[in-house]
Amino acid sequence: MAGIEIGRYREVARESLDNQTLQRALSGMQQRIGRATAQKYKELPEGPDLRFQAREIRLQTLAGLDVHLERLAERIRGRGGQVFFAQTGEEAVAYCLEVAARHQVRSVVKGKSMVSEEIGLNQALESAGIQATETDLGEYIVQLAGEHPSHIIAPAIHKTREEVGRLFADKLGIAYTDDPAALTQAAREALREKFLTADMGVTGCNLACAETGHITTLSNEGNIRMASTLPRVHVALMGMERIVPNLQDHDILFRLLSRGAAAQNLAGYVSSVGGPAAWDQVDGPEEFHLIVLDNGRSRILADPEFRELLCCIRCGACLNVCPVYGKIGGYAYGHPYPGPIGSVLTPLLSDIGRARDLCFGEALCGACRDACPVNLDIPRMLLALRHKCVQGCANWGVAPGASKQERMLYSLWARAVSNRSLYNKLLKAARWGQKLAPRSGGWLRKLPGPLSGWTASRDLPPMAECSFIEQWKKGKFHPEDHITR
Amino acid sequence: MPHESRPAQIKKISLFVQCLVDVYEPQTAASMVDIFTRLGLEVDCPTEQTCCGQMAYNAGHRREAAIAARHFVSLFEEAEAIVCPSGSCTAMIVHHYPQLLASDPKWAERAQRVAAKTYEFTQFLVDILGIQDVGAAYSGTATYHDSCHLARTLGIREQPRLLLNKVAGLSLVEMEDSDRCCGFGGVFSLKYPEISQAVLQDKVNSILRTGADLVVGCDLSCLINIQGMLHRQGAKVQAMHIAQLLGHRA
Repeated sequence: MAGIEIGRYREVARESLDNQTLQRALSGMQQRIGRATAQKYKELPEGPDLRFQAREIRLQTLAGLDVHLERLAERIRGRGGQVFFAQTGEEAVAYCLEVAARHQVRSVVKGKSMVSEEIGLNQALESAGIQATETDLGEYIVQLAGEHPSHIIAPAIHKTREEVGRLFADKLGIAYTDDPAALTQAAREALREKFLTADMGVTGCNLACAETGHITTLSNEGNIRMASTLPRVHVALMGMERIVPNLQDHDILFRLLSRGAAAQNLAGYVSSVGGPAAWDQVDGPEEFHLIVLDNGRSRILADPEFRELLCCIRCGACLNVCPVYGKIGGYAYGHPYPGPIGSVLTPLLSDIGRARDLCFGEALCGACRDACPVNLDIPRMLLALRHKCVQGCANWGVAPGASKQERMLYSLWARAVSNRSLYNKLLKAARWGQKLAPRSGGWLRKLPGPLSGWTASRDLPPMAECSFIEQWKKGKFHPEDHITR
Repeated sequence: MPHESRPAQIKKISLFVQCLVDVYEPQTAASMVDIFTRLGLEVDCPTEQTCCGQMAYNAGHRREAAIAARHFVSLFEEAEAIVCPSGSCTAMIVHHYPQLLASDPKWAERAQRVAAKTYEFTQFLVDILGIQDVGAAYSGTATYHDSCHLARTLGIREQPRLLLNKVAGLSLVEMEDSDRCCGFGGVFSLKYPEISQAVLQDKVNSILRTGADLVVGCDLSCLINIQGMLHRQGAKVQAMHIAQLLGHRA
């Protein structure tokens, strides 16, 4: 699949853990936005339970997704816009290139779009000799550095202002400064030129509304508005699930989106686009294209176990609270969807078997669920993915993945947990085994094989001489007096 | 939904001793027996019990986890109330058993019945028995760690604090982000030790910043994890299960 990369979870996670700058940035970001979002939910007039209502709206919408999408398309076409339903990322890219070729496009300005990352649009445009410029400040920084976004909303969270200063001095030819205001001004000047000369604007879509037939985009920099109004052609990309039936539902999701994304009541710039500029409108493109992307989403929709995943509105709130993301940052998850949401979405959009580390490399703490504006049960879906990784799943083309040793271990374990006397024998063996481990202050400080990870940073207390159940069974039990270690 | 109706008068409880408590800290289970006995309850403890199966479930081995679940359900289905000193295992029984055994309607129903009468230790004391003061005394300063499944899946945050506030001589200081994961995550801590360790270090730092002598929790898994690093780093803070703390008297 064009834009999706997986498979270096452990390696990149280790690199990130060693990167002190990144560690500080992640921790600061989570303390700021993670906490503020929880507070914003509490301050909602409807209270934090609005999240549950939003979830219901999303699930209801998914149940009639085809109808809502047709309605949206009909309205947009009615205003002279064009709507293309792309089955795959390749189809979406080909459509963009076709539009670009028809208009002899040489330069594209882009508003932030995760879908464009998913389908690898930038690379495709570059290969066709078309210059694509990201115009979200964070995305612009990341693009200049030749990198990918590491956070859905804060793409350059992994970069310090000093790094940005050096990057801008190198790429934009300005004198080195690490003053954020001066750096922003430099980017603004460079980007203004791009906006004014671009032939085509490409944006994402935060939310579409079937009733009114428009797409809504949010930004805090005004860049998406410029990208969608200044060039002659506007191409918007949306995942096929990103729609609500009516304005009332739109209002609820929309308010939660800003809170989840950036702990804001409302993003700085909100635009609604429903077609090209009408004859009496001064601003706006001559042509408007909406690409509705499937790229594996129908498959998720068809599976009741994962369908709720399509409720996601890509706000990134789960990244701002996840203890694992807070340590390893975005790159370990591969590209383009990081964090808890990525750990479920990426395997399902690419290849579950190859994305095993995404399925297992989470602590299942559930903080993501509480932070999610639509209460996605990410831990439940991770557990379902793990099950598929172990048992295999023909539907998703996953081969059974546990090693022979692991299978033997769990089958022995299953026999022991249903047979206390066998269980006791194994406990006895383990107690004997722990005598061999080196100790410090009575605690085990070095364990062998698969247990060695534990003692890399922790000691382990020794097992008690006799388990509680064994003591109880012997009838020796009397509170306090006879229970011994 | 489980736990909708409050059982009128529970006379006898059945202990489900979490496997880690059973093997590593029998004194914690002993303390529970002591507390319930003093409260005038009869305590039973089925001796064929082993493990709730969560480890296998989280590792993706559902067939094996289901074997543990069926064993548990068979053992405990006649109990009046099942009380467990772990939020994590309680969540496994209450939330995951009915799903895990859903494919067989008979087992699903039995699992539902067992789930409906399974309680975490502090939840049982505060919500079911209506008791906050168990007559415990302990001189020192404690900070409380909210374990993930206890706080988020079961929604139990207040109950342990209410109990701790009634311990004579104990002062409770909150740590920053008390409900932030300790990095244990079962097999996660063995499969991804570097990440687990980094998350744990933050938790340990939060604990140390409070200046407390004790870190108290309701899940021994977190406590062993936390104490493991405290011990390795030579910190004097002691991790203690709440049942053990509540067993201390003046």
